[in-house]
Amino acid sequence: MSKRNIQLEVLRYRPEQDREPVFQTYTVPCEEEWVVLDALNYVKDEIDRTLSYRWSCHMFVCGSCGFKINGEPKLGCKAFLRDYGDKIRVEPLDNFPIERDLVVVIDDFVDKLQSVKPYIIPKEEKSVAAGEYIQTPAQLKTFKQYSMCINCLLCYSACPQYGLTNQEFIGPAALALAHRYNMDSRDVGRSAREHVLASHEGVWECSFVGACSIVCPKDVDPAGAIQQAKFTSAIDYLTSMVGIGGK
Amino acid sequence: MQIIDADIVIVGAGGAGLRAAIAVAEADPSLNIALVSKVYPMRSHTCAAEGGAAGVVKANDTLDYHFNDTVSGGDWLTDQDAVELFVNEITKELIQMEHWGCPWSRESSGHVAVRPFGGMKIMRTWYAADKTGFHMLHTLFQTSLKYPSIKRFDEFYATDLMVDENVSAGCTAIEMRTGEMKLFRGKAVIICSGGAGRIFPFTTNGAIKTGDGMAMAYRAGVPLKDMEFVQYHPTGLPGSGILLTEGCRGEGGYLLNKDNYRYLQDYDLGPATPKPVLKSMELGPRDRLSQAFWQESKKGRTVQGKWGDVVWLDMRHLGEKLINERLPLVRDLSISYVAADPVTDLVPVRPVVHYMMGGIHTDINGATPVAGLYAAGECACVSINGANRLGSNSLGELLVFGARAARFAVEHAKSVKAPREALVTAQAADAEGRIKALFKRTGGKQRVAQLRREMNLTLEEGCGIYRDEKSLRESVAVIADVRARYRDVALEDKSSVYNTDLYQTLELGAMIECAEAVAHSALQRTESRGAHQRLDYVERDDKAFLKHSMAHYNPNGDPRIDYLDVTITKSQPAARVYGAAAGGQAA
Repeated sequence: MSKRNIQLEVLRYRPEQDREPVFQTYTVPCEEEWVVLDALNYVKDEIDRTLSYRWSCHMFVCGSCGFKINGEPKLGCKAFLRDYGDKIRVEPLDNFPIERDLVVVIDDFVDKLQSVKPYIIPKEEKSVAAGEYIQTPAQLKTFKQYSMCINCLLCYSACPQYGLTNQEFIGPAALALAHRYNMDSRDVGRSAREHVLASHEGVWECSFVGACSIVCPKDVDPAGAIQQAKFTSAIDYLTSMVGIGGK
Repeated sequence: MQIIDADIVIVGAGGAGLRAAIAVAEADPSLNIALVSKVYPMRSHTCAAEGGAAGVVKANDTLDYHFNDTVSGGDWLTDQDAVELFVNEITKELIQMEHWGCPWSRESSGHVAVRPFGGMKIMRTWYAADKTGFHMLHTLFQTSLKYPSIKRFDEFYATDLMVDENVSAGCTAIEMRTGEMKLFRGKAVIICSGGAGRIFPFTTNGAIKTGDGMAMAYRAGVPLKDMEFVQYHPTGLPGSGILLTEGCRGEGGYLLNKDNYRYLQDYDLGPATPKPVLKSMELGPRDRLSQAFWQESKKGRTVQGKWGDVVWLDMRHLGEKLINERLPLVRDLSISYVAADPVTDLVPVRPVVHYMMGGIHTDINGATPVAGLYAAGECACVSINGANRLGSNSLGELLVFGARAARFAVEHAKSVKAPREALVTAQAADAEGRIKALFKRTGGKQRVAQLRREMNLTLEEGCGIYRDEKSLRESVAVIADVRARYRDVALEDKSSVYNTDLYQTLELGAMIECAEAVAHSALQRTESRGAHQRLDYVERDDKAFLKHSMAHYNPNGDPRIDYLDVTITKSQPAARVYGAAAGGQAA
């Protein structure tokens, strides 16, 4: 099979030498079935050892290689060259500071993830000897989709609110994860998460543009999760007004 | 150099490292834990495990069955005390994972569901669709956020172990964001750094699986055990090496040769029945299936593709509903990468390097010969996998032995006094000096990518599914040559911030050391057992080789290989039986 020469325009930023990010173009002889990540690896191995980016699994599951590719947030391993012309622009994800080249600083996201208490808060501690919780397939289905997030952060790059609020908005992935635990039949932690979810930076900040769900490579649908969470949050508020304890 | 003091330092934050960290936190919340990883926890390669984790849970199953499947599956090179402990503990660990929120697939009753897996006599593989490792990893990571004593050091690349008179004292690691070396002083160190599949060119393993922890222990004097046993998974996508889970066959998928014939029936795995039968045909063990592929290829009965020979994985008869429900990732990957929809098309597959049975030598408690140094998960060799790991035992292994190593590390940490400060500081300065020297090296003529390619190719050609003396001697020679030339690699990137030229160079060094242990151990094992098949020594030789290979690092030349007896408790070595003679039930 023939190779195709791709002009790969990569945003470079080396804080020790670059005053600001600049594009560098590489000519890469590509196999037709390659993904953008393969082209970057070619550059790294054969052309320029100084280019830095994150990657690992090459199978859409580790979430390392999120980039902006021709302006859209994509996984480098899921962006097939067959879907692009001969010129491809690769940039770091939006809304995160650039650490170096395509590597962004994700501390803010990691903090937000922690803030939503993304773990089972059980009604009472259950011993292992007591065996598993019974959870029907229907109960599993209520949260399964929201447990599929690979933390690739494409949704944060796409989210206008995350950018507009100077990263104060908790954002799609973390809110979807909070909703995932709230919906889990084994969990009673909704009230413990409520102060974060219902806060100014929580679900009400979302303007339901839905960009997060469009770019999500795992069909998690964070926008749907946030809408559902708004509904339950409102119910919680109303029930608290009339003195009935929510979950 | 900044010093970070911790009671317990854990290197690697994948499944084993996270499980270990949680176990330490639960055992004693007053202990400080430093969880050091070259990637964020959720990027760890545990996420790529698809099929499931085996644990006896159903009424028709027994611990003895799981024990026997694992011991015979490992061709009797397993340590039976470790296997017995493993099968006893694993179900509790899987229930613990359930309590922590792991979204296990369920039966209609709400109990966890199990699926058939290769080499297992009874259905006992717990699964979360075909993303089991992903869900386990994220469940562990998210649960770990509950514990304030777990302090994470994400994107810190560990370089060297500090050892004071055979007592572990910590490690050095480079903070990737700044390029600064840090000294992590700890009373115990647990290495949970994963395997080394990237030493081969065609592997399911992610880019990060470069054997760093194995090599670090090896250089510190801990032997690498049974490194010649490298698992080829029978069903990888050609070209990319992406894994298609054994669950494809567990659910009833067929392997077909170019004549659309289920060829496994010609290799003592039959008869070919339309419905899957446990321990038969496509549900045979991975070593036998990958060897059958090689034999078919020699007979000219495989399909010639762009990336070499392939056979077909046929899942069409499973139907769209089942495939979407239980194998959604497989469908997504097949369509994206080879333009074959399992619902309607045959999917091309070939064996692909997947897992290292060997690793850092530990005892049943995860302890290495260096006091206070532990290892768990794929980087370790306990050994429950022997000469061939059964699918769905590795996710269990990282839980059971991650937690167990942690508990023993806690006891150790509480019993020892702090290491000698001056000596540890001097070792750390040496480690930093080596990195500085690498930065100063100029005019290097060798390129990382070229050396890596040569190492990859010689392992594939010399240490593949079948080996012989000639191929292994060639590999040994090439690796020695690569090792010598590696000393002439100079960095092209001299910067401090996230310098992947530096980390790839260090990773290559680790890989060369692992590759050397693989090739030498394989050369000296003149028998065939499990995943180690010698064309010149085709029989298993229990008299000479019912023993673990132990590769000892030699800074100036070839490693020294010696041997350690296998622990046999209740299962005497016998013939491995699959197919009709195994008496497996319909899955």
